[in-house]
Amino acid sequence: MASELVERYFRKETLPNIWCPGCSNGIVTAAIVRAIDNLGLDQNNVCIVSGIGCSARASGYLDFNTLHTTHGRAIAFATGIKFANPELTVIVITGDGDNAAIGGNHFIHACRRNIDLTVVMYNNHIYGMTGGQYSPTTPRFDRATTAPYGNIDRYFDICKLAIGAGATYVARGTAYHVHQLTKLIERGISHKGFSFIEALSICPTYYGRKNKKGTPADMLKWLKDHAVDIKQGSKMDPEEFHDKFIIGELLNIDEPEFVEEYQKMLNNLKVNYK
Amino acid sequence: MMPTVLMQGNEAVVEGAIAAGLKFYAGYPITPSTEIAELCAEKLPFVGGKFIQMEDEIASMAAVIGASLTGLKAMTATSGPGFSLKQENIGFAAMAEIPCVIVDVQRMGPSTGMPTSPAQGDVMQSRWGTHGDHPIIVLSPSSVKEAYYITIQAFNLSEKYRTPVILLMDEVIGHLREAVNLDEYKDVEIFERPMPQDKENYLPYQYIENGVAPLAPFGKGFRFHVTGLAHNEKGLPTNDPKVTEKLIKRLIGKIENNKKDIVMFEEKDTEGGDILLISFGSSARACEAAMQELKKEGIKVGLFKPITIWPFPDEKLREIYPRFKKVFVVEMNTGQLYYEVDRIIKGNTYVGKINKFNGEFLTPFDIVEKIKESF
Repeated sequence: MASELVERYFRKETLPNIWCPGCSNGIVTAAIVRAIDNLGLDQNNVCIVSGIGCSARASGYLDFNTLHTTHGRAIAFATGIKFANPELTVIVITGDGDNAAIGGNHFIHACRRNIDLTVVMYNNHIYGMTGGQYSPTTPRFDRATTAPYGNIDRYFDICKLAIGAGATYVARGTAYHVHQLTKLIERGISHKGFSFIEALSICPTYYGRKNKKGTPADMLKWLKDHAVDIKQGSKMDPEEFHDKFIIGELLNIDEPEFVEEYQKMLNNLKVNYK
Repeated sequence: MMPTVLMQGNEAVVEGAIAAGLKFYAGYPITPSTEIAELCAEKLPFVGGKFIQMEDEIASMAAVIGASLTGLKAMTATSGPGFSLKQENIGFAAMAEIPCVIVDVQRMGPSTGMPTSPAQGDVMQSRWGTHGDHPIIVLSPSSVKEAYYITIQAFNLSEKYRTPVILLMDEVIGHLREAVNLDEYKDVEIFERPMPQDKENYLPYQYIENGVAPLAPFGKGFRFHVTGLAHNEKGLPTNDPKVTEKLIKRLIGKIENNKKDIVMFEEKDTEGGDILLISFGSSARACEAAMQELKKEGIKVGLFKPITIWPFPDEKLREIYPRFKKVFVVEMNTGQLYYEVDRIIKGNTYVGKINKFNGEFLTPFDIVEKIKESF
């Protein structure tokens, strides 16, 4: 299966990828590709847009219409693409630094517009490409090259931000729970409106080593042991939950979608343009 | 016959853009460019186009590039502070060779400056605003009518050379209202983006000396990669110094070596005389009025008006300037185009500056006074 996916959806000349041994970016990228394959989407009709960072390099490896943009701006480029050609399925690949820090403004406004994009944020809690600086999702008191005495910043829950800003599909998965992650991405792509999927992932090289998190396998196991499915999560008492996080579909609602609303406006103006 | 109408400069930009085939506008409000966004919002639905007001200037530039990648002719407009914010993605468009038009209606800077008094302080920024060696085309109209025509040319050049083109307006031309008849432009050639044929072997960044490969729109079966990283002919990232050097040389060369096709200028009374004025945009209009005054005083003055600011029409200037005793560069800044003129003339003739940078419009009187002082 894996080799079939690689054969069909990857640009083989670009492989092997630049990601470190033990990095989970490949797992998350494979989940995106599997989701596209499961949905039977026409490869020529899929557009992958990414920003800057480790995760963003995925676009170059994938055999679709691919756009590797500037730092934090992927969603803004993707908005132009989707609005200009609504026929395209537009998927944004981004990271915690790319999306939660420098790209935060584009992210919240795309949520608000509810434009039909699917954003997958690889959250490895660190700036990997630049060598391990703390990001908006580095846990408090964890270390990074720019937080040698521990990170004093508070953790940014991007799923909550997405819900608050108006996204209509919000989910969290992990690089350990691959099948679930694939399903969440599938549902996000199928959802009409702005879909956000946070994929908790691991960076053994920078985040893991700096914080003595063990081997890549240990770090994946940590994701397994601390993830609580949303169905169980509501039943847990806060004490039991304190070091856990919820995975699954956090929000799935229908609201007016931007591109369709523009078309409606044109219809009201009685102009017949696509 | 089209009727003669009263039109504002910013409005002429929108009309020219629509005539050129504008189908996508993304922008952010900023004076003195806002009329361009407002008119696009109003008019684009009726020509099959789309308008979106983005969350900021950076996003506007990004959305324009995204739309262009789907095959639509796309534009954004801004002014100084917004132009600064757009530089990041202007560089992306230059590197990834995505056609787009950026209108900068200049206002007094630096920073927030004097909103929104006239200035021409973005001459150098329009050339070098984004980092790294990169190609760019910058055009500057000096009348409402010219704003219409030059906007069409901005789109044509952008599509032909796969490059961002900057329409360097200034507040005076942007807000000026003039009676115009656009009839003479009704048959102006509109350059349409060529469609590549071979999907199997498509090279979006094929090495074509002094040229560009056709850009396929996303979604038409050409699956290719676009990146701001140094890339090979397929568009895939590379760290190969040879491939990178070849890419940068081609990027620079496609503009530099096609200057004959790209540059536009106007000259007036350049057969020879005492003074050659070099100016652009609204300052060139002041020069024209000053020339009439100076003529009465028996001073022979010529005017060289580059419409293409970058690349600068250096060959033409080299031909003209030796016919004059002195050269003056007239602009609403502390002397920016002056540097380029000085570089071309290389001390062979005296090059002086006539500037204004206090938020007031440079008047014919300012020019006449300075010229007289020089005698």
